[in-house]
Amino acid sequence: MTVVAPTSSTTNKVLPHPLNAWYVAAWDHEVTRKPMSRRIANRPVALYRTEDGRAVALADACWHRLAPLSMGKTMEKDTIQCPYHGIVYNSAGRCVSMPAQETINPSATVPSFPIVERYRYVWIWMGDPTLADPELVPDMHQMTSDEWAGDGQTIHAACNFQLVLDNLMDLTHEEFVHSSSIGQEELSESDFVTVREGNKVTVTRWMHNIDAPPFWRKNMQDKFPGFEGKVDRWQIINYEAPSTISIDVGVAKAGTGAPEGDRSQGVNGFVMNTLTPETDRSSHYFWAFMRNYALDSQLITTQLRDGVHGVFGEDEEMLKAQQAAIDANPDYEFYNLNIDSGGMWVRRIIESMLAAEGRLVASA
Amino acid sequence: MAATNIETWQSATVIETLPVATGITRIVLEPSMPVSAEPGTHIDLMVEIEGEAVKRSYSVVESTHGGTRLVISVMKAPLSRGGSIFMHSLIPGARLDITQPLQNFPLRVGAQRYILLAGGIGVTAIANMAAVLKRLKADYTLVYVGRSRNAMAYVDELSELHGERLETHIDDEGSSLKVPELVGRADASTELYMCGPIRLMDAVRRSWVERELDLPNLRYETFGNSGWYDPEEFIVRVPKLDLEVRVPQGRSMLEALEDAGAEMMFDCRKGECGLCEVRITELSGTIDHRDVFYSKRQQRLATKMNCCVSRAVTSATGAQSDAAHAGPAVITIEPN
Ligand code: FES
Ligand code: FES
Ligand SMILES: [Fe+2]
Repeated sequence: MTVVAPTSSTTNKVLPHPLNAWYVAAWDHEVTRKPMSRRIANRPVALYRTEDGRAVALADACWHRLAPLSMGKTMEKDTIQCPYHGIVYNSAGRCVSMPAQETINPSATVPSFPIVERYRYVWIWMGDPTLADPELVPDMHQMTSDEWAGDGQTIHAACNFQLVLDNLMDLTHEEFVHSSSIGQEELSESDFVTVREGNKVTVTRWMHNIDAPPFWRKNMQDKFPGFEGKVDRWQIINYEAPSTISIDVGVAKAGTGAPEGDRSQGVNGFVMNTLTPETDRSSHYFWAFMRNYALDSQLITTQLRDGVHGVFGEDEEMLKAQQAAIDANPDYEFYNLNIDSGGMWVRRIIESMLAAEGRLVASA
Repeated sequence: MAATNIETWQSATVIETLPVATGITRIVLEPSMPVSAEPGTHIDLMVEIEGEAVKRSYSVVESTHGGTRLVISVMKAPLSRGGSIFMHSLIPGARLDITQPLQNFPLRVGAQRYILLAGGIGVTAIANMAAVLKRLKADYTLVYVGRSRNAMAYVDELSELHGERLETHIDDEGSSLKVPELVGRADASTELYMCGPIRLMDAVRRSWVERELDLPNLRYETFGNSGWYDPEEFIVRVPKLDLEVRVPQGRSMLEALEDAGAEMMFDCRKGECGLCEVRITELSGTIDHRDVFYSKRQQRLATKMNCCVSRAVTSATGAQSDAAHAGPAVITIEPN
């Protein structure tokens, strides 16, 4: 992938992924004593849990003949056995047994990747392990907070991760892509403010005194039975590098002070999104919808998860078609609109991370 | 990206050479395709021995400015490998063929405690690890042992960088290392990384096993160039190929057999994989097993040897006068 530095006037259509960053490898419940394989940042990774429940990530290729360790089985303590000739590795990726000889070749290791479990996810660091500071895990605290309830899923998106970030940083597409659920014309008409601070970007949009679209009318009625009438609607998109976006969304009864900070007459959700590059042309898209009302209703959790699943299915289609069109039209450029400011800041931040890793080429 | 073991060759220019201890020269290289070197990496490079290009491995002592400077250090060791003489003759401006850094000795980040043990020139493999552990504010002790202070490269620099964390043991100052005491300080959450002479590493391994510590937490790198005895010239006979070959001090048995036209199997050429194994059918002398492939039990049997590193000496005491017969040791083998 040729990528040019941000000083250029051309916009990179797709981007490589920074490696010195935490990405979600899996939901916590996906990683078990039975090893699984997942491609992350172009590298196959074997994920499993040790006897005492710790998540482990090893390169999914045995040192000997590269057989996938994910096809092997977990053994005592923290070890895993290659399915082919039985070499056993520990969680550090070191060989602890070579069945066919009396000693162990000291070079026999497979890469092991740093792991942090947080916010219901298993996070992995694919880059320089000496930089893997757990403090750098992006904030997704709503996922495990007592004040929020909800659930989510994983989408396998057939596109470069940056295209999903673009999609989430500009929600005017809702009017066209999600017209039956959350779309409405006021989205494109209302003003928005973009703020960049360090490795974070925020895009804030308020729509005053509008009709609630179907998704939000239902949520209001879940909290305020029989609710009808106008609402004030907000979308506050919070990006944290390299690829986590939590969107503060909601509506409140119009004119009850929500824009000033009093959201008591409304419903509030957080759309939690985090992207993990699988390859240069595909992504693992982990999302969840968290709400701060009717916390103990599993019915609402399921309805919201299924509802958002339907909405995101529409994005998935569009993103796949967009990536295909990009690849089919290599001679055409991207052009930018004012609504792209959030996504353009995201690109700028990712490009600077790539430059710091020496993986961005200067424009000619 | 993680360092690999795939050899990518490039050219490099010698920027600076500097004696850093008796018989040890520091060589600063500028590679043409720089990548920064992880701790524990080495480079392979081509040296010239009697007009012939031969591959040698040297640990990366230091890599700075994104790998545009690589530092290695070479000990003049006329008894083992001839390459060190060539390396010591290099002057600034000289060009070499080198690989990008190769990784066989990775440092695992995240252990609770580390002991780094460097014996003599083995410090070259350990210095970069210590620097990274310091940067990570890890709990580590750097133990550096040597025969005498002026033969120990970088001892002042390391003391300046690591302060109290550096512990030196110097034979002629009466502060020799007590291996059981050192290993006694390790617990189940300690990883020990070592590089040094085979006697030292073997003593540590024995203590480690006695204390029933996990073997995978004992990490070491060997370039197969250290033995129990000083290298001697010896004779190898291969009746099947109708060969009798003299193995000089500065050449391995594998190299000598190859020179004589035998087609030999091998891979690592440093005593790890066991692919260069040959069967011994007759022996006058003693085998100096320098590999880490065989267990002690297998080495005692002396029925096979890894000819890339192991050698023959005339007697088990290492003294020629104790030999059953005068003249060099003789091994008769069947190649695999
Ligand atoms: S491929 Fe794993 S043991 Fe051979
Ligand atoms: S070639 Fe690997 S042990 Fe000799
Ligand atoms: Fe969407």
